[in-house]
Amino acid sequence: MPMQESYAIEAQGLTKRFGDFTAVDAISFNVKKGEIFGFLGANGAGKTTAIKMLIGLSRPSAGEATIAGFDVYNETERIKENIGYMSQKFSLYEDLTIAENIRFYGGVYGLSRRQIALKIVEITERLQLEDYSDKLVGELPLGWKQRLAFSLAGVHDPAIIFLDEPTGGVDPTTRRQFWEMIYEAAARGITIFVTTHYMDEAEYCNRISIMVDGRMDALGSPRELKEQFAAASMDEVFVRLVRGNSN
Amino acid sequence: MKIFWAFVRKEIYHILRDRRTLAILFGMPIALVLIFGYTVTNEFKDASVAIVNQANDELSQEFIEHLTSSGHFQLVALPQTRDELETTFRANQAKLGVVIPPSFSDDFYRQKAATIQLIADATEPNYATTLVNYANQMIRSFQQQKNQMSEQAPYSVAVQTRMYYNPQLEGAYNFVPGTVALILMLICAMMTSLTIAKEKELGTMDLLLVSPLPPMLIILGKVTPYAVLSFIDAIIVFVLGYFLFDVPVRGSVPLLLALCLLYLFVALALGLLISTKAANQQTAMMTSLFTLMLPTMLLSGFLFPIPSMPTILQYISKVIPAKYFIQIEQAVMLKAAGWEAVAFPTLVLTIMLVVLLAAAWKNFKVVKA
Repeated sequence: MPMQESYAIEAQGLTKRFGDFTAVDAISFNVKKGEIFGFLGANGAGKTTAIKMLIGLSRPSAGEATIAGFDVYNETERIKENIGYMSQKFSLYEDLTIAENIRFYGGVYGLSRRQIALKIVEITERLQLEDYSDKLVGELPLGWKQRLAFSLAGVHDPAIIFLDEPTGGVDPTTRRQFWEMIYEAAARGITIFVTTHYMDEAEYCNRISIMVDGRMDALGSPRELKEQFAAASMDEVFVRLVRGNSN
Repeated sequence: MKIFWAFVRKEIYHILRDRRTLAILFGMPIALVLIFGYTVTNEFKDASVAIVNQANDELSQEFIEHLTSSGHFQLVALPQTRDELETTFRANQAKLGVVIPPSFSDDFYRQKAATIQLIADATEPNYATTLVNYANQMIRSFQQQKNQMSEQAPYSVAVQTRMYYNPQLEGAYNFVPGTVALILMLICAMMTSLTIAKEKELGTMDLLLVSPLPPMLIILGKVTPYAVLSFIDAIIVFVLGYFLFDVPVRGSVPLLLALCLLYLFVALALGLLISTKAANQQTAMMTSLFTLMLPTMLLSGFLFPIPSMPTILQYISKVIPAKYFIQIEQAVMLKAAGWEAVAFPTLVLTIMLVVLLAAAWKNFKVVKA
């Protein structure tokens, strides 16, 4: 497959069943390198299960998928080395300082002492937190924690960063700042896979997919989707999809 | 190895920066030893006694003197009747009542069968039993004394009692081993389950699982600091026991410490098992308290003797790890027993360890999938 090289994520008929219940029903999609790919769906639509299969935490029941060129069945260890992950909870140690958090996660990914020292400088500079690297993370405002968490997900320069509802509970201004960081990372060639249930955020993505009841019912750029569903906003697209399904 | 140390360093920061953790780690062992040391005791002094002396003669006076001369009993009232005696019980003035019948000296000298009634306030049953036992002992010695003085010695069986391994019946001999068992269980299991539950709560556990680290390394990195600290705690308790309460280690110290380590691993495995089930710190805390602390205190033979429990509780006590560890401690510390004497409890603990680790590992895998 000559095209393989240009895709960061390829999924074909990816399925996860728990007994009789099909949580993820044969989803297929490709994500280009450097793309910002939005993964939308109501709670319980199967987003989290799908992500778990992609990041190597859960074995698919059927289907194929490669992440950064590595197979989700046999090469989960290689996948883990090449992805970053940030959850809704930000996953920071609040009783450690900024520098200590960076040092720990750098250590987890096997970075050398020198690489870690460079990362501390790089990250604190990018976040304009140079003077605060010895401050406990718990004392930081939410927006900064969020951006720090994103930087930590990329501490080992992964090919893909998975963001699982990264902007929960954050005000719109902070959210916009956060998206600026995402764009910056994408510009550096990092692929971004982001789940959200904020429809305004969906507009920021290059392409989005919408999951309903374990199936992927829509896939395309925000403009394409709005045209397809004759809707003025992503909100409307979403409402139409979910309603169309229950009728 | 480098990653392992990154973990240990991180965990040490967590411990040092959290006052609550520090207090539990180092405050609790010391507090427990001191509290148990000075409260859990079967010794008593100046127990208040009321005596109804219906005989009021020379012999009964002699007897009262004998009873109070020891210093353990203090005569607080001399009620006339049994009703008056009960009044002193109700007012909580006396804990033990002694009734000497009017015919006391006649019965004693002529019938050779005098009766003395002991009435105890059994609202605190252990205390009541202790007082009655002691009073019985004093009555026997009074009788012996009298018999020796009279010319015609009656046939009698003299009982000689010797309390082995703990001749002074020091309460500390019992509570120091018990406290070590409790502390290791609490700190090792509770802190382990708490620290892992905390990572789950914060979402940092997800991040670790997504990282290329082998799960085994994550677990080892997290539990090692707590294992080391609880081992230090155990040594602190032994040392406090030795210097403050004169509890000796008569057997081999290396053997004791090695088996301490085995028990510590059992506690760690229990903590891991709880943490795979508990989603947050509160659940982990409650589960630890109810499944670890209470059984360890109540069913291990630490506070209450196992043979006097109802059969069903005796069966339950068989799966309490602390029971076997306390047996080991008592054997090695007090009876100077060697390796062979503790082989059975050691085997049981080893089997428990294997089973618990397997269960924890299986659960961990399930959580991952």
